[in-house]
Amino acid sequence: MEQKINKQQFMRGLHDGVPIALGYFAVSFTFGMMAVSGGLSVWQATLISLTNLTSAGQFAGLDIMIACGSLWEMALTQLIINLRYSLMSFSLSQKLERNLAPWHRFAVAFGMTDEIFGVSASQPGRLNPFYNYGAMSVAVPGWTFGTLAGAIAGNIMPGFLASALSVAIYGMFLAVIIPPAKKHRAVQKVVVGAMAVSTLFACTPVLNKVSSGFVIIITTLAVAGMAAYFCPIEDGEEEDA
Amino acid sequence: MNWNVYMYILVMAGVTYLIRMLPLVLFKKEITSPFLKSFLYYVPYACLAAMTFPAILTAPSSGMIAGAAGLAAALIAAYREKSLLTVALFACGAVFVVERVMEIIG
Repeated sequence: MEQKINKQQFMRGLHDGVPIALGYFAVSFTFGMMAVSGGLSVWQATLISLTNLTSAGQFAGLDIMIACGSLWEMALTQLIINLRYSLMSFSLSQKLERNLAPWHRFAVAFGMTDEIFGVSASQPGRLNPFYNYGAMSVAVPGWTFGTLAGAIAGNIMPGFLASALSVAIYGMFLAVIIPPAKKHRAVQKVVVGAMAVSTLFACTPVLNKVSSGFVIIITTLAVAGMAAYFCPIEDGEEEDA
Repeated sequence: MNWNVYMYILVMAGVTYLIRMLPLVLFKKEITSPFLKSFLYYVPYACLAAMTFPAILTAPSSGMIAGAAGLAAALIAAYREKSLLTVALFACGAVFVVERVMEIIG
Protein backbone atom coordinates (compact mmCIF):
# COMPACT_ATOMS: atom_id res chain seq x y z
CA MET A 1 0.00 0.00 0.00
CA GLU A 2 2.64 2.46 1.08
CA GLN A 3 4.84 1.34 -1.78
CA LYS A 4 2.03 2.04 -4.20
CA ILE A 5 1.57 5.58 -2.88
CA ASN A 6 5.31 6.19 -3.08
CA LYS A 7 5.32 5.01 -6.67
CA GLN A 8 2.40 7.28 -7.55
CA GLN A 9 4.16 10.23 -5.95
CA PHE A 10 7.36 9.40 -7.80
CA MET A 11 5.54 9.36 -11.15
CA ARG A 12 3.84 12.64 -10.31
CA GLY A 13 7.18 14.26 -9.50
CA LEU A 14 8.67 12.84 -12.69
CA HIS A 15 5.84 14.35 -14.71
CA ASP A 16 6.28 17.80 -13.11
CA GLY A 17 10.04 17.49 -13.50
CA VAL A 18 10.04 17.21 -17.30
CA PRO A 19 9.56 20.93 -18.09
CA ILE A 20 12.07 21.75 -15.35
CA ALA A 21 14.60 19.42 -16.95
CA LEU A 22 14.13 21.01 -20.37
CA GLY A 23 14.71 24.49 -18.96
CA TYR A 24 17.74 23.22 -17.06
CA PHE A 25 19.25 21.68 -20.16
CA ALA A 26 19.35 25.06 -21.91
CA VAL A 27 20.83 26.93 -18.94
CA SER A 28 23.43 24.33 -18.11
CA PHE A 29 24.36 24.06 -21.81
CA THR A 30 25.49 27.69 -21.49
CA PHE A 31 27.38 26.81 -18.33
CA GLY A 32 29.21 23.98 -20.08
CA MET A 33 30.25 26.27 -22.92
CA MET A 34 31.48 28.98 -20.58
CA ALA A 35 33.35 26.47 -18.42
CA VAL A 36 35.40 25.03 -21.29
CA SER A 37 36.02 28.48 -22.76
CA GLY A 38 37.35 29.42 -19.31
CA GLY A 39 39.82 26.53 -19.44
CA LEU A 40 38.07 23.65 -17.66
CA SER A 41 37.86 20.17 -19.18
CA VAL A 42 34.58 18.68 -20.38
CA TRP A 43 34.68 16.22 -17.48
CA GLN A 44 35.32 18.94 -14.88
CA ALA A 45 32.46 21.07 -16.18
CA THR A 46 30.09 18.08 -16.07
CA LEU A 47 31.25 17.12 -12.58
CA ILE A 48 30.47 20.64 -11.33
CA SER A 49 26.91 20.44 -12.62
CA LEU A 50 26.33 16.92 -11.25
CA THR A 51 27.57 17.83 -7.78
CA ASN A 52 26.25 21.41 -7.45
CA LEU A 53 22.91 21.53 -9.25
CA THR A 54 22.60 25.30 -9.01
CA SER A 55 22.87 27.97 -11.69
CA ALA A 56 23.90 31.25 -10.05
CA GLY A 57 26.35 29.55 -7.69
CA GLN A 58 28.06 27.64 -10.49
CA PHE A 59 28.47 30.69 -12.71
CA ALA A 60 29.92 32.69 -9.83
CA GLY A 61 32.13 29.74 -8.87
CA LEU A 62 33.40 29.48 -12.42
CA ASP A 63 34.39 33.17 -12.35
CA ILE A 64 36.38 32.55 -9.17
CA MET A 65 38.15 29.51 -10.66
CA ILE A 66 39.08 31.42 -13.80
CA ALA A 67 40.34 34.36 -11.72
CA CYS A 68 42.24 31.89 -9.45
CA GLY A 69 40.46 33.22 -6.35
CA SER A 70 41.01 31.69 -2.92
CA LEU A 71 39.06 28.72 -1.57
CA TRP A 72 37.71 31.01 1.15
CA GLU A 73 36.33 33.34 -1.45
CA MET A 74 34.76 30.33 -3.17
CA ALA A 75 33.17 29.07 0.05
CA LEU A 76 31.86 32.51 1.06
CA THR A 77 30.49 33.23 -2.40
CA GLN A 78 28.62 29.93 -2.51
CA LEU A 79 27.32 30.54 1.00
CA ILE A 80 25.95 33.98 0.13
CA ILE A 81 24.57 33.14 -3.30
CA ASN A 82 22.98 29.88 -2.20
CA LEU A 83 21.74 31.09 1.16
CA ARG A 84 18.23 31.15 -0.23
CA TYR A 85 18.24 27.35 -0.34
CA SER A 86 18.41 27.28 3.45
CA LEU A 87 15.16 29.20 3.55
CA MET A 88 13.58 26.69 1.16
CA SER A 89 14.93 23.81 3.23
CA PHE A 90 13.49 25.41 6.35
CA SER A 91 10.17 25.66 4.63
CA LEU A 92 10.11 22.08 3.31
CA SER A 93 11.32 20.70 6.64
CA GLN A 94 7.92 21.80 7.98
CA LYS A 95 6.04 20.27 5.08
CA LEU A 96 7.69 16.84 4.78
CA GLU A 97 5.77 13.84 6.10
CA ARG A 98 6.37 13.08 9.77
CA ASN A 99 8.24 9.96 10.95
CA LEU A 100 10.36 9.65 7.83
CA ALA A 101 13.59 7.69 7.99
CA PRO A 102 16.36 10.30 8.49
CA TRP A 103 18.08 9.59 5.18
CA HIS A 104 15.12 11.04 3.25
CA ARG A 105 15.99 14.52 4.48
CA PHE A 106 19.59 14.12 3.31
CA ALA A 107 18.39 12.98 -0.12
CA VAL A 108 15.70 15.64 -0.60
CA ALA A 109 18.28 18.31 0.34
CA PHE A 110 20.48 17.43 -2.64
CA GLY A 111 17.69 18.35 -5.08
CA MET A 112 16.67 21.60 -3.38
CA THR A 113 16.67 23.95 -6.37
CA ASP A 114 14.46 26.99 -6.94
CA GLU A 115 12.27 25.05 -9.38
CA ILE A 116 11.98 21.75 -7.51
CA PHE A 117 11.23 23.71 -4.36
CA GLY A 118 8.56 25.58 -6.30
CA VAL A 119 6.69 22.48 -7.47
CA SER A 120 7.08 20.53 -4.23
CA ALA A 121 6.00 23.45 -2.03
CA SER A 122 2.82 23.71 -4.10
CA GLN A 123 1.83 20.06 -3.43
CA PRO A 124 -1.29 19.76 -1.29
CA GLY A 125 -0.82 18.56 2.29
CA ARG A 126 2.29 16.83 3.58
CA LEU A 127 5.11 16.25 1.13
CA ASN A 128 6.07 12.69 0.22
CA PRO A 129 9.84 12.62 -0.50
CA PHE A 130 9.24 10.30 -3.46
CA TYR A 131 7.64 13.24 -5.25
CA ASN A 132 10.98 15.05 -4.99
CA TYR A 133 12.86 11.94 -6.12
CA GLY A 134 10.67 11.78 -9.22
CA ALA A 135 11.37 15.40 -10.10
CA MET A 136 15.08 14.96 -9.36
CA SER A 137 15.27 11.84 -11.53
CA VAL A 138 14.70 13.97 -14.65
CA ALA A 139 15.96 17.37 -13.48
CA VAL A 140 19.41 16.15 -12.37
CA PRO A 141 20.16 14.37 -15.69
CA GLY A 142 18.77 17.39 -17.57
CA TRP A 143 21.16 19.68 -15.74
CA THR A 144 24.15 17.34 -15.98
CA PHE A 145 23.80 16.32 -19.63
CA GLY A 146 23.08 19.93 -20.62
CA THR A 147 26.51 20.87 -19.31
CA LEU A 148 28.11 17.88 -20.99
CA ALA A 149 26.55 18.85 -24.34
CA GLY A 150 27.48 22.51 -23.92
CA ALA A 151 31.04 21.64 -22.92
CA ILE A 152 31.45 19.46 -26.01
CA ALA A 153 29.83 22.06 -28.27
CA GLY A 154 31.86 24.85 -26.63
CA ASN A 155 35.06 23.53 -28.13
CA ILE A 156 33.64 23.91 -31.61
CA MET A 157 31.42 26.95 -30.95
CA PRO A 158 31.88 29.80 -33.46
CA GLY A 159 32.70 33.15 -31.87
CA PHE A 160 29.55 34.97 -32.92
CA LEU A 161 27.36 32.33 -31.27
CA ALA A 162 29.41 32.33 -28.07
CA SER A 163 29.12 36.11 -27.89
CA ALA A 164 25.33 36.03 -28.27
CA LEU A 165 24.95 33.20 -25.74
CA SER A 166 27.12 35.02 -23.20
CA VAL A 167 24.10 37.07 -22.13
CA ALA A 168 21.75 34.07 -21.75
CA ILE A 169 22.38 33.57 -18.05
CA TYR A 170 21.80 37.25 -17.31
CA GLY A 171 18.55 37.06 -19.26
CA MET A 172 17.45 34.22 -17.02
CA PHE A 173 18.40 36.11 -13.88
CA LEU A 174 16.35 39.08 -15.07
CA ALA A 175 13.41 36.76 -15.74
CA VAL A 176 13.61 35.70 -12.08
CA ILE A 177 13.93 39.16 -10.50
CA ILE A 178 11.89 41.50 -12.70
CA PRO A 179 8.34 40.08 -12.28
CA PRO A 180 8.45 40.24 -8.43
CA ALA A 181 10.09 43.67 -8.68
CA LYS A 182 7.03 44.84 -10.63
CA LYS A 183 4.70 43.80 -7.83
CA HIS A 184 6.72 44.69 -4.72
CA ARG A 185 8.25 48.12 -4.25
CA ALA A 186 10.75 46.79 -1.72
CA VAL A 187 12.01 44.13 -4.15
CA GLN A 188 12.27 46.84 -6.81
CA LYS A 189 14.44 48.94 -4.51
CA VAL A 190 16.60 45.92 -3.72
CA VAL A 191 17.14 45.16 -7.43
CA VAL A 192 17.95 48.76 -8.37
CA GLY A 193 20.06 49.25 -5.24
CA ALA A 194 22.11 46.11 -5.84
CA MET A 195 22.75 47.05 -9.47
CA ALA A 196 23.82 50.54 -8.37
CA VAL A 197 26.21 49.22 -5.73
CA SER A 198 27.82 46.69 -8.07
CA THR A 199 28.18 49.43 -10.72
CA LEU A 200 29.90 51.59 -8.12
CA PHE A 201 32.38 48.75 -7.52
CA ALA A 202 32.97 48.35 -11.26
CA CYS A 203 33.55 52.05 -11.97
CA THR A 204 35.36 53.40 -8.90
CA PRO A 205 39.17 53.31 -8.87
CA VAL A 206 40.52 51.02 -6.10
CA LEU A 207 37.07 49.44 -5.62
CA ASN A 208 37.28 47.96 -9.12
CA LYS A 209 40.23 45.87 -7.91
CA VAL A 210 37.88 43.87 -5.65
CA SER A 211 37.18 40.46 -7.21
CA SER A 212 33.73 39.77 -8.61
CA GLY A 213 32.92 37.16 -5.97
CA PHE A 214 33.45 39.58 -3.11
CA VAL A 215 31.56 42.32 -4.92
CA ILE A 216 28.53 39.99 -5.01
CA ILE A 217 28.92 39.10 -1.34
CA ILE A 218 29.35 42.69 -0.14
CA THR A 219 26.53 44.00 -2.34
CA THR A 220 24.13 41.24 -1.30
CA LEU A 221 24.82 41.56 2.43
CA ALA A 222 24.56 45.35 2.35
CA VAL A 223 21.47 45.68 0.16
CA ALA A 224 19.48 42.71 1.53
CA GLY A 225 20.46 43.72 5.07
CA MET A 226 19.31 47.30 4.61
CA ALA A 227 16.08 46.16 2.96
CA ALA A 228 15.38 43.69 5.79
CA TYR A 229 16.00 46.48 8.32
CA PHE A 230 13.98 49.21 6.63
CA CYS A 231 11.32 47.15 4.81
CA PRO A 232 10.73 43.94 6.81
CA ILE A 233 8.32 41.65 4.99
CA GLU A 234 4.89 40.91 6.39
CA ASP A 235 3.94 37.32 7.18
CA GLY A 236 2.77 35.43 4.12
CA GLU A 237 4.15 38.02 1.72
CA GLU A 238 6.86 35.70 0.43
CA GLU A 239 4.34 33.24 -0.96
CA ASP A 240 2.93 35.52 -3.63
CA ALA A 241 6.28 36.93 -4.73
CA MET B 1 46.46 23.95 -11.54
CA ASN B 2 44.52 20.73 -12.13
CA TRP B 3 44.32 19.48 -8.55
CA ASN B 4 43.19 22.99 -7.68
CA VAL B 5 40.12 22.70 -9.89
CA TYR B 6 38.99 19.66 -7.91
CA MET B 7 39.55 21.50 -4.63
CA TYR B 8 37.34 24.31 -5.93
CA ILE B 9 34.67 21.81 -6.98
CA LEU B 10 34.81 20.08 -3.60
CA VAL B 11 34.40 23.38 -1.73
CA MET B 12 31.59 24.54 -4.03
CA ALA B 13 29.64 21.30 -3.82
CA GLY B 14 30.27 20.85 -0.09
CA VAL B 15 29.13 24.34 0.91
CA THR B 16 26.12 24.22 -1.39
CA TYR B 17 25.01 20.84 -0.05
CA LEU B 18 25.45 21.87 3.59
CA ILE B 19 23.30 24.96 3.03
CA ARG B 20 20.54 22.77 1.64
CA MET B 21 20.91 19.90 4.07
CA LEU B 22 21.47 21.46 7.51
CA PRO B 23 18.12 23.27 7.83
CA LEU B 24 16.25 20.17 6.65
CA VAL B 25 18.04 17.84 9.02
CA LEU B 26 18.60 20.02 12.08
CA PHE B 27 15.73 22.46 12.33
CA LYS B 28 12.13 21.53 12.43
CA LYS B 29 11.01 24.78 14.03
CA GLU B 30 10.03 27.74 11.87
CA ILE B 31 12.25 30.85 11.68
CA THR B 32 10.52 33.59 13.62
CA SER B 33 12.96 36.52 13.52
CA PRO B 34 11.35 39.05 11.14
CA PHE B 35 14.77 40.49 10.28
CA LEU B 36 16.24 37.11 9.36
CA LYS B 37 13.17 36.08 7.40
CA SER B 38 13.20 39.37 5.49
CA PHE B 39 16.93 39.16 4.90
CA LEU B 40 16.67 35.64 3.45
CA TYR B 41 13.74 36.76 1.35
CA TYR B 42 15.69 39.65 -0.21
CA VAL B 43 18.97 37.78 -0.69
CA PRO B 44 18.24 36.18 -4.08
CA TYR B 45 17.06 39.47 -5.61
CA ALA B 46 20.06 41.45 -4.38
CA CYS B 47 22.45 38.72 -5.42
CA LEU B 48 21.06 38.09 -8.91
CA ALA B 49 20.78 41.83 -9.59
CA ALA B 50 24.39 42.40 -8.52
CA MET B 51 25.56 39.53 -10.72
CA THR B 52 23.61 40.76 -13.74
CA PHE B 53 24.49 44.43 -13.83
CA PRO B 54 26.90 45.77 -15.01
CA ALA B 55 28.33 42.35 -16.03
CA ILE B 56 25.77 41.89 -18.84
CA LEU B 57 27.13 45.01 -20.59
CA THR B 58 30.63 43.62 -21.00
CA ALA B 59 29.69 39.96 -21.62
CA PRO B 60 29.47 40.07 -25.46
CA SER B 61 32.89 40.09 -27.11
CA SER B 62 32.01 43.11 -29.28
CA GLY B 63 31.41 45.29 -26.22
CA MET B 64 28.88 47.52 -24.53
CA ILE B 65 26.51 48.35 -27.39
CA ALA B 66 25.60 44.70 -27.92
CA GLY B 67 25.47 44.21 -24.14
CA ALA B 68 23.06 47.12 -23.76
CA ALA B 69 20.85 45.71 -26.52
CA GLY B 70 20.78 42.33 -24.77
CA LEU B 71 19.91 44.01 -21.49
CA ALA B 72 17.08 46.04 -23.05
CA ALA B 73 15.59 42.99 -24.78
CA ALA B 74 15.79 40.91 -21.59
CA LEU B 75 14.20 43.69 -19.52
CA ILE B 76 11.26 44.02 -21.90
CA ALA B 77 10.67 40.25 -22.09
CA ALA B 78 11.07 39.83 -18.32
CA TYR B 79 8.71 42.74 -17.67
CA ARG B 80 6.11 40.93 -19.76
CA GLU B 81 6.70 37.88 -17.53
CA LYS B 82 7.96 35.57 -20.26
CA SER B 83 9.55 32.28 -19.19
CA LEU B 84 13.24 32.07 -18.25
CA LEU B 85 14.11 30.43 -21.53
CA THR B 86 12.21 33.00 -23.63
CA VAL B 87 13.83 35.94 -21.87
CA ALA B 88 17.26 34.39 -22.35
CA LEU B 89 16.62 33.82 -26.05
CA PHE B 90 15.45 37.42 -26.52
CA ALA B 91 18.66 38.68 -24.92
CA CYS B 92 20.82 36.41 -27.09
CA GLY B 93 18.86 37.35 -30.23
CA ALA B 94 19.32 41.08 -29.58
CA VAL B 95 23.08 40.66 -29.15
CA PHE B 96 23.27 38.57 -32.30
CA VAL B 97 21.33 41.10 -34.40
CA VAL B 98 23.22 44.14 -33.10
CA GLU B 99 26.58 42.46 -33.73
CA ARG B 100 25.59 41.58 -37.32
CA VAL B 101 24.39 45.17 -37.93
CA MET B 102 27.62 46.53 -36.53
CA GLU B 103 29.60 44.28 -38.86
CA ILE B 104 27.68 45.57 -41.86
CA ILE B 105 27.93 49.27 -41.04
CA GLY B 106 31.32 49.11 -39.32
